[in-house]
Amino acid sequence: MTTPTLERTDATTNILSLRGVTKNFGAVAALTDISLDVAAGEVVAIVGDNGAGKSTLVKILSGVHLPDAGTIEFDSRPVSIPNPTSALNLGIATVFQDLALCDNLNVIENLFLGQELRPARLNDIAMEVRSWELLRQLSAKIPSVRIPIASLSGGQRQTVAIARSLLGDPKVIILDEPTAALGVAQTAEVLNLVERLRERGLGVIMISHNMADVQAVADRVVVLRLGRNNGDYKVGTVTPEEIIAAITGATDNAVTRRTSQVDLRSIQPITLPDGTIAPPENPTDKEVDR
Amino acid sequence: MTTTAPRPSDLQDERLANREGIRGTFAGFVDKIRGGDLGALPVVIGLAVIWTVLQILNHGFLSAANLVNLLLESSPTGVIALGIVCVLLVAQIDLSVGSVSGLSSAIVGILFVNLGWNVFAAIAVAVLTGVVIGWVYGQIFNRFGVPSFVITLAGLLSFLGLQLYVLKGIGTINIPFDSPLVIFAQLAFVPAWLSYVLVAIAAAGLFLTDLTRARARRTAGLSAQPLSLIALKSGALLVGLGFAAWYLNIARGIGWMFVLFVALVLILNYALTRTKWGRAVFAVGGNVEAARRAGIKVKTIYTSVFVVCSTLAAVGGILAASRLAASSQSSGTGDVNLNAIAAAVIGGTSLFGGRGTAFAALLGIIVIQSISSGLTLLNLDSSFRFMVTGLVLLLAVALDSVSRRSRTNHGRA
Ligand SMILES: Nc1ncnc2c1ncn2[C@@H]1O[C@H](COP(=O)(O)OP(=O)(O)O)[C@@H](O)[C@H]1O
Ligand SMILES: [Mg+2]
Repeated sequence: MTTPTLERTDATTNILSLRGVTKNFGAVAALTDISLDVAAGEVVAIVGDNGAGKSTLVKILSGVHLPDAGTIEFDSRPVSIPNPTSALNLGIATVFQDLALCDNLNVIENLFLGQELRPARLNDIAMEVRSWELLRQLSAKIPSVRIPIASLSGGQRQTVAIARSLLGDPKVIILDEPTAALGVAQTAEVLNLVERLRERGLGVIMISHNMADVQAVADRVVVLRLGRNNGDYKVGTVTPEEIIAAITGATDNAVTRRTSQVDLRSIQPITLPDGTIAPPENPTDKEVDR
Repeated sequence: MTTTAPRPSDLQDERLANREGIRGTFAGFVDKIRGGDLGALPVVIGLAVIWTVLQILNHGFLSAANLVNLLLESSPTGVIALGIVCVLLVAQIDLSVGSVSGLSSAIVGILFVNLGWNVFAAIAVAVLTGVVIGWVYGQIFNRFGVPSFVITLAGLLSFLGLQLYVLKGIGTINIPFDSPLVIFAQLAFVPAWLSYVLVAIAAAGLFLTDLTRARARRTAGLSAQPLSLIALKSGALLVGLGFAAWYLNIARGIGWMFVLFVALVLILNYALTRTKWGRAVFAVGGNVEAARRAGIKVKTIYTSVFVVCSTLAAVGGILAASRLAASSQSSGTGDVNLNAIAAAVIGGTSLFGGRGTAFAALLGIIVIQSISSGLTLLNLDSSFRFMVTGLVLLLAVALDSVSRRSRTNHGRA
């Protein structure tokens, strides 16, 4: 970890603070009594199994759904987020998993969609200059901003979507599974981007399935399980096994065992004199040693 | 020659082929076509083929007198097609434009001729009717989510019925030949000297906008068109339009109604390409969900597009009545609807939404009107006209689908 973990002593340093947030879809309790804090310059990973309520939480923060109960504080003021525009106006930008870019428009047009400069006589030049500035700040590798979005790679599209959300100068940016569909190099590219967002002092909420990504970039991990809080850890003080246990709700089950086995594959097997292979050591001990 | 000047900030990526200058522009154009981004190329080629064939079949086809007429005939349906371009851009359709145009011509006929209203008041009521119809379509579409296909099919029947109803017992209303409407649509031509002035203004306008734009881009550190290319483009426009004006001036010249049509094309082109509203229209046609999340008021955009379409249909109806000097129960019926839709598609507007230009209406209607005029000159009746137009439409739609696939393959979809 290059950046020191932030000491969160005072509740007022939080940009965003949720208490008791609850959301039901008919008989389905998607979220129950959720708490979440995000500080400036902090990357909070939200992890959880499928159906744990991660996307629902994101949608509440981005104004797609209204919570049934609970309070949301932004900049220490209680707020309600009735629609996407009010989320943007508050300074909460969301990059959804499906990115939602227009394939028929080019990079500049996508970046400035809905917030074009000079509405009655578009200022293409200023928008192009601003696009390059933004993309260079993010060290994005995009050859031309005047080619249709459809011709970009997955990582480049993700970059455009993130750059887009930065135009409104948000204080909190939410990334829903930013690396889910990406290859190794592109994942690294996006994780670098997240580091850069933190350097800019943004609060970053990152939904992820990938423990490696979470460990690489997050300051804190919030675990959701069946729509409830099930753990809030500082990265560096927790092992992946502990997180996985919190996700699945069990300390010893098939999932944790399997993950441990994956880890153990990198360890040279010890061949005993009789030609058989020594049984692996306790995986949890191994993890602690590391 | 190796240049040591710093590359513009938008061309610094080493993966970008150097596409500067006239040759670079041409290479870029070829890339686009290969990638399935055909633009106006198919319709221009198609028009050239159609004109050549028709001229061979009948030497009167490309005569100045016939072309003057052709442009005038194109205008009413062309105006309606402009509206169709807008609805197609948001991936919707309006099947009722013919009926709305017929209703609008009936309104003008009754108010202006039968009730003796002021002509502008009559026009205003007809146009306003178009606005209201489009607004109602938008409300139904947004609130109930009924497909525009069905809403406007209902509109097609209802407004045809309304037109027949208000004209019941009246039959055909003849609009007087000395009325401003008929004079505008049949007799008013741009004086030759003025036509050349307009051509010069158009070329100079293109030159100056391109030049200011290139300067501003260079100042901002971006790549820009070289002066040679700008001069070449506006020079070509000057020569092309100048020749067209000269040729048409051999006969009666350029009708004011056609000038109105072209003006509407230019206004819509500006609105679609240079305003926030236009961007929103393309975005909604490309990806509604993305547009919504970008904070675009998608429902407002849909409503605005339906309003633009119905309003232009009403305007087209007034022009058609003026051109015929009559409004009757058959105004706006027959092939008006399909010609307007076909013109938009033939001109290169995609049925899948998000792709097309205002110029599609202009080029498309000229193709359709050429077929119509050429076959009439050959003494072939409307049966042939329908068949040939249908075939051309099929070609255009097939081309749209093929180029869409090609765009997908080339990652430009
Ligand atoms: N719009 C909706 N209507 C009904 N149920 C929903 C809706 N959205 C989510 N749910 C339910 O809420 C639960 C949480 O879903 P979600 O937030 O998508 O989980 P995750 O993103 O963590 O996989 C699931 O049981 C899901 O079926
Ligand atoms: Mg989800």
